[in-house]
Amino acid sequence: MTVLRVTDLTVHHPGPLGQVTAVDGVSLEVPSGTTLGLVGESGSGKSSLARAIVGLVPVHTGRIMLDGREIRARTIRDRRRLGRLVQVVLQDPDTALDPRMTVRQTLGEAATVFHRLDRPARDKRVTELLELVGLDPRLAGRLPRQLSGGQRQRVALARALAVEPGLLIADEVTSALDVSVQAAVLNTIRELQRRLGLSMLFIGHNLPAVCHVSDAVAVMRHGRIVETAPTDALLRAPQHPYTRTLLAAVPSLRTPPPAPAPEEQPP
Amino acid sequence: MSLPPGLRRTPMAWAAAVMLASLVVLALVGPLVWGASADRPDASAVLQGPSVGHPFGTDNLGRDVLARVLTATRPSLLLALAAVLLGAGAGILLGASTAVLGRRARRLTAGLINLLLAFPALLVAMFLAVVFGAGAAGAMLALAAAGVPGFARLTQTLAAGVAGTDHLAAARVLGLGRLRLLGRHVLPNIAEPLLLSTTTAAGTSLVALSGLSFLGLGVQPPGYDWGQLLNQGLDRVYAEPLPALAPGLAILYAALAFQLLGEVLAGNAARRGPAPRTPAPTPAPWGSPRPKAGGGPAEEGLVLQVEDLHVELPTPDGPIRPVHGVSLALRPGEIVGLVGESGSGKSLTALAIADLLPYGARVSRRTLRLLGADLAALAPKERDRHLATGLAMIFQNPASALNPALRVATQLTEAVRAHRGASRAQATAEAAEALRRVALPPAVLRSRPHQLSGGQRQRVMIASGLMVRPGLIIADEPTTALDVTVQREITRLLSEIRRDTSAAILFISHDVALVGEFCESILVMYAGTIVETLPADRLADGARHPYTRALVASVPDLTADRDRPLPTIDGAPPDPLTPAPGCPFEPRCPRRRGHCADHTPPLEDLAADHRVACWYPVPVAADPETVAAS
Ligand code: SF4
Repeated sequence: MTVLRVTDLTVHHPGPLGQVTAVDGVSLEVPSGTTLGLVGESGSGKSSLARAIVGLVPVHTGRIMLDGREIRARTIRDRRRLGRLVQVVLQDPDTALDPRMTVRQTLGEAATVFHRLDRPARDKRVTELLELVGLDPRLAGRLPRQLSGGQRQRVALARALAVEPGLLIADEVTSALDVSVQAAVLNTIRELQRRLGLSMLFIGHNLPAVCHVSDAVAVMRHGRIVETAPTDALLRAPQHPYTRTLLAAVPSLRTPPPAPAPEEQPP
Repeated sequence: MSLPPGLRRTPMAWAAAVMLASLVVLALVGPLVWGASADRPDASAVLQGPSVGHPFGTDNLGRDVLARVLTATRPSLLLALAAVLLGAGAGILLGASTAVLGRRARRLTAGLINLLLAFPALLVAMFLAVVFGAGAAGAMLALAAAGVPGFARLTQTLAAGVAGTDHLAAARVLGLGRLRLLGRHVLPNIAEPLLLSTTTAAGTSLVALSGLSFLGLGVQPPGYDWGQLLNQGLDRVYAEPLPALAPGLAILYAALAFQLLGEVLAGNAARRGPAPRTPAPTPAPWGSPRPKAGGGPAEEGLVLQVEDLHVELPTPDGPIRPVHGVSLALRPGEIVGLVGESGSGKSLTALAIADLLPYGARVSRRTLRLLGADLAALAPKERDRHLATGLAMIFQNPASALNPALRVATQLTEAVRAHRGASRAQATAEAAEALRRVALPPAVLRSRPHQLSGGQRQRVMIASGLMVRPGLIIADEPTTALDVTVQREITRLLSEIRRDTSAAILFISHDVALVGEFCESILVMYAGTIVETLPADRLADGARHPYTRALVASVPDLTADRDRPLPTIDGAPPDPLTPAPGCPFEPRCPRRRGHCADHTPPLEDLAADHRVACWYPVPVAADPETVAAS
């Protein structure tokens, strides 16, 4: 559906000691209908990259192309055009939804950004969206605080899907969830990829979770991408030493922990 | 008359309601009832003192002062409200716009607000009143303008809180227009505090407007409001105090009414905030919170012995029992993992052992022995000392567990100096040694927490725990906030410490894979009880409780088949407010039978080191259905 191509992107952050380079010359590509996983540890710049793509933080240099057209987010009109193509789901289920709006209002608002819908049509769409993300349509009347973390994250997902974007960016969507809830959300995401043919950028620090839903994985560190490979290849034969460190650090019930090895110290 | 729903019926709320209602009634009917007599001059009764006909006397044209004060309620209140609404409206728009404007415009607006704030509001009001020309409209506009910066700043601060949330980011990405963002997503979320300060400001504005009129800058004769009446009465206050007192009292009364209303609203808002920590109202049904000394028999060689631990917490909706009937024991040098999802009670168990539960929580237990000493039998002071020297706690968030203002050296040496009376030099030497243990250079002693990375801070926390040479270390999600590579370093460090000092470690985590890899034995908690205890190496394939099985299966694994969906657990944990009989996992359990719904399974031995609380444990692979039927 939608192809994302990022070329040589640099993003700066205002820090206490002047500008900090959060994203440093990153290039990546998400081919149509596939999922690119982006893993990195805290401070690697992965969230800044996501926010830059959807126009929430300004781009310093470099280009972001969607389906071959450069994106801009300067005016509201730019932003509306962009919003039709890309949507984002962010990390925190606690603030992801407006606490004063019911699920129906939240989803209804998103569904009517680009389409005029009368009341019955809107309610029907809300029901569809809730079913799409595996929620009981009867939850539509609830407020966010009456939902569990996993349910809130699903509603946020439904809101992003309401405008039928070609590309979905998921930034640490499962990191605040319990393991059993995370499993269900990951399954939903896989299911959505298949059914909607979405292109997706799935960002996280949890390597197993990211790998579970991604066709290819990019490893990010200190604002740069150190390795990109198809998921199987990355897991079988990681090339970059940092990728290997990261893989070795993942706790697993099925493989014994690696012997202590001289590790890279964080700077 | 009744109060609006949602307001608590306190005496103050009633007083505010009654006072406000009386003001509204006066403003409505005042001019109709007393308007005529207030304006009727009477040459025969000029400047009279109080009398039966004129309880507060008459003015220089012989008009009744009381009637004039009552009639003036309407203009006085209307002007004050108009001023505050205009000022608040403009200020709120200005302040809230900072949340949705672009960067440049936002910076400009913020600068403008700062600049305006630099001028004292009342002086601005007087200055503007002169500029606009003396008169009711001028004074009202001046006051409104003077109130704008204050409201703008308040709104700006509140809106900044909303602007940082994910839902506003999502709304922007949806491409919603600025007005919609403002009206739908920003303002409703800050309406409550704004309403509150608008109410209080109404009182202030009433006083200020009266002041302007009093100075001759506000309402001009023949019109009058309370300030004007006060001015006229004051000319002869030494001869006749009452004509001045009447408008003064009116101003006081109205200002007080608004202030009270503000207080009531604020109190209400606060009550709906975080749950207050109040003591549980009724004694817990399961015995006194501090049982007599004794408890179960002491077992030799145990670092920690807990039997039948219960915790009760008060919540706004009634008391809950997030931990019930937990028993556990640790030997020296043992690493035990306590694993469970949020709400399972694992952290509360740890806090109950360390006597760190929030105020209002009630604990009961048959036995709680730390290093052989029965904590219930010790006097509070001794108990604190025993806990401080025998037990070290490591928390999830080292940033908040360390005092940001103190150097690392001070925080590390505090405990030993207090409890062992060590000298400063000796304590510092020990601190350097403790840092070496956690692989940090002694130079760290001189730094403050914010100069360290997350991993370093967690090491400092561990070092600080080691300072007291504890027999038991309780680590509550110590690596959850850290990156995986750092997590690996911390778990390795804990293993070394336990090897070198033979301290026992209770490692609490939601991460089954981490616990399974790092600990020797595992306790699995669900809904406040331990449902299974087993050796770590059996976790992957040998767990017998259906919940443990499901939990383990739901963890994505790098070696798993990525084309198959992850197994999940349907449903949600039971609501602690409505405890049901029977097995707590029953509503979600694939193996449940009729028996499970009303009989709680006890934690029973399957093997020497394997216990499970389930009527129909999952059979191990080599041992088909026979076990299930037992
Ligand atoms: S006791 Fe029954 S309901 Fe509970 S876990 Fe065992 S089989 Fe399932």
